[in-house]
Amino acid sequence: MTAPQDAALASRPAALRAAPVPTNTDRFYPLRRTMEALCAPVAAMLLAAAAFSLFLLVLGKAPADFFDLVWRGAFGSWFSLQNTLQRASPLLLTALCAALPAQLGLVVIGGEGAVVLGGLAATVAALLSAGAPPLVVQVAMALAGAGVGAVWMGLTGLLRAKRGINETIVSLLLAYIGLALFNHLVEGPLRDPASLNKPSTYGIGEANMLGPLPGTDLHPGLAIGAVACVLCWVLISKTSIGFAARITGGNLRAAQLQGLPVARLIVLACALGGAFAGLAGMIEVAAVHGRANASLAAGYGYTGILIAFLARHNPLAIMPMAVLLGGIGAAGGLLQRRMGLPDATVMVLQGMIFVSILTSETLYGRIKWFQPRDTRR
Amino acid sequence: MIDAASVSTVAVAMLAGSLRVSTPFLFVSLGECLTEKSGRINLGNEGVLVLGAMVAYAISYHTGSPWLGVLAAALAGMLLGGAHGAICALTRVSDVAMGIAIMLAGTGIAFFFGKPYVQPTAPLLPTIPLGFWSDLPQVKSALAVSPLFFIGILAAVLLHWVLRTTRMGLRVRIVGDSEDAARALGLPIARIRLLATAAGSGLAGIGGAFLSLCYPGSWNEGLSSGQGLMAVALVVFSRWNPLTCIAAALLFGAAGALGPSLQTVGVTQGYYLFYAAPYVVTLVILVLTVLPGRSLRGMPGELSIGR
Repeated sequence: MTAPQDAALASRPAALRAAPVPTNTDRFYPLRRTMEALCAPVAAMLLAAAAFSLFLLVLGKAPADFFDLVWRGAFGSWFSLQNTLQRASPLLLTALCAALPAQLGLVVIGGEGAVVLGGLAATVAALLSAGAPPLVVQVAMALAGAGVGAVWMGLTGLLRAKRGINETIVSLLLAYIGLALFNHLVEGPLRDPASLNKPSTYGIGEANMLGPLPGTDLHPGLAIGAVACVLCWVLISKTSIGFAARITGGNLRAAQLQGLPVARLIVLACALGGAFAGLAGMIEVAAVHGRANASLAAGYGYTGILIAFLARHNPLAIMPMAVLLGGIGAAGGLLQRRMGLPDATVMVLQGMIFVSILTSETLYGRIKWFQPRDTRR
Repeated sequence: MIDAASVSTVAVAMLAGSLRVSTPFLFVSLGECLTEKSGRINLGNEGVLVLGAMVAYAISYHTGSPWLGVLAAALAGMLLGGAHGAICALTRVSDVAMGIAIMLAGTGIAFFFGKPYVQPTAPLLPTIPLGFWSDLPQVKSALAVSPLFFIGILAAVLLHWVLRTTRMGLRVRIVGDSEDAARALGLPIARIRLLATAAGSGLAGIGGAFLSLCYPGSWNEGLSSGQGLMAVALVVFSRWNPLTCIAAALLFGAAGALGPSLQTVGVTQGYYLFYAAPYVVTLVILVLTVLPGRSLRGMPGELSIGR
């Protein structure tokens, strides 16, 4: 008979459960809060690593070999590190696509559609402005990619804000529609007849490609992604728009009573996220592929969601998480060759990390040391 | 090029396609409907669908009995759905986000263990030849309906009856509509939701079994194209009513069959655009049926997507 009552108590708002302790009396509260925000995800990742080790043991593989190979394949040499960072660059931007709307409490999962359409729009912009100086072409590509991405995701925000339709479902439907549109255009009207095996658009031209960063093979996408993350962090935590967004995410009714432009904030957050995802597509075209084809739909949009949740939607935390996930992806080939593990191994590991990081949400507010103390005596 | 004969060919092909393509939609939407009636949403049914398809195919291949495969798919679905239900019972865990994680995990597990089953051929489920009266081979093949389709309709009627008239169904609906009321009655909220989620995912698993054992009738990594997620929209469309789910599934099936049907008469232009028809239909239906600031009739009050 006690079980339902316990559940009843637990599901009540935290404020009703215990008398709140004023945080301003505890000098260490900021430290405690930071530690909580660091310890919970680390504990979750260790748990995921343990669960995955068990999974490998059951299959008769040595977990030590696995983690050793991931380390070597992801960070062990200059070559593998560059590979990791190369993979991380679009992930930085697609993670922002999920993390920005998340500030408002929205779960947007359709970044993939904005990535492919942004890449395609950038290619079209390059083809239309052929002959112009490379810098002009590149700027046109960036504007087209970000613009189309912003419109595509902004539509999700608009439907959410104006019609109250669930943004998770809409963004995913739009991602499928965007992919279909992309495939139709790449294999139909925009196809280069010379691309036989792998339907592609015409190339954007060698001169218009984004060159590597000096002294490396890395393309500038990494720098662009990092700058975008820092800018988003400033936007969220240092500006009034970001503050308004966080209020809306924390308590919608309070935001509405305060007269905050909730609908506009929703559209803005989605469109801005979509612009970053579109930019990711543009960079993939301009720095890696040189044309739009199926390689653009490599799942960056979906991995971005995972990274955003791992980073708990904090743009600064997105950077290390994107590198971690990029590294796991970079090690995939080595795992296949050395341990005979199928390529879906990475998905299983990602799934375990995802589940355990979300489960760790329940730890917040449970461990006493991390909570503010009443030091008034 | 477009004449009466090809229009009727397309119509027959779409009818046939609708009967085929709708079954996974039906099972997943019934499962999602049951889960949402208990006040929780499970986006993980997409992963359940893929896992169910893989498990069904593998078991059918090893035992030679496709029906055993269907059973195993349902069990695998219940297991994965049970995990979703159990974790979401913890405080502060978002069921929407956890659904995405379960989708990734389920798909990953299915691809991981499904690798060896891409090549071999497993025995498929038999079909019921309802077209025996016709001499036309198109009509014969169009009306070769899977028994799972009828089981799905039976399940819809049964679910409707259970939710509407039984004590068990009433408890599920109370938990889904108002936690406060459920608490006042002393109902075990967490347990009821866990069972509803597990049972719902069991149904979704059967939908997956249909994909690999009936139509398209093979196992590969591109088998599911988001049916598990579209089921969420389908449930909104059918107003959380299992009987309306049947009509919705048939409609979505017809939309999904549009592309292949046009191909049969030689329309190959815009294949990808026709392929996207179900998503467009879903989106249009959502835009038309959801009104801002008004809760939908039949929507469970505790549902997180409704807030």
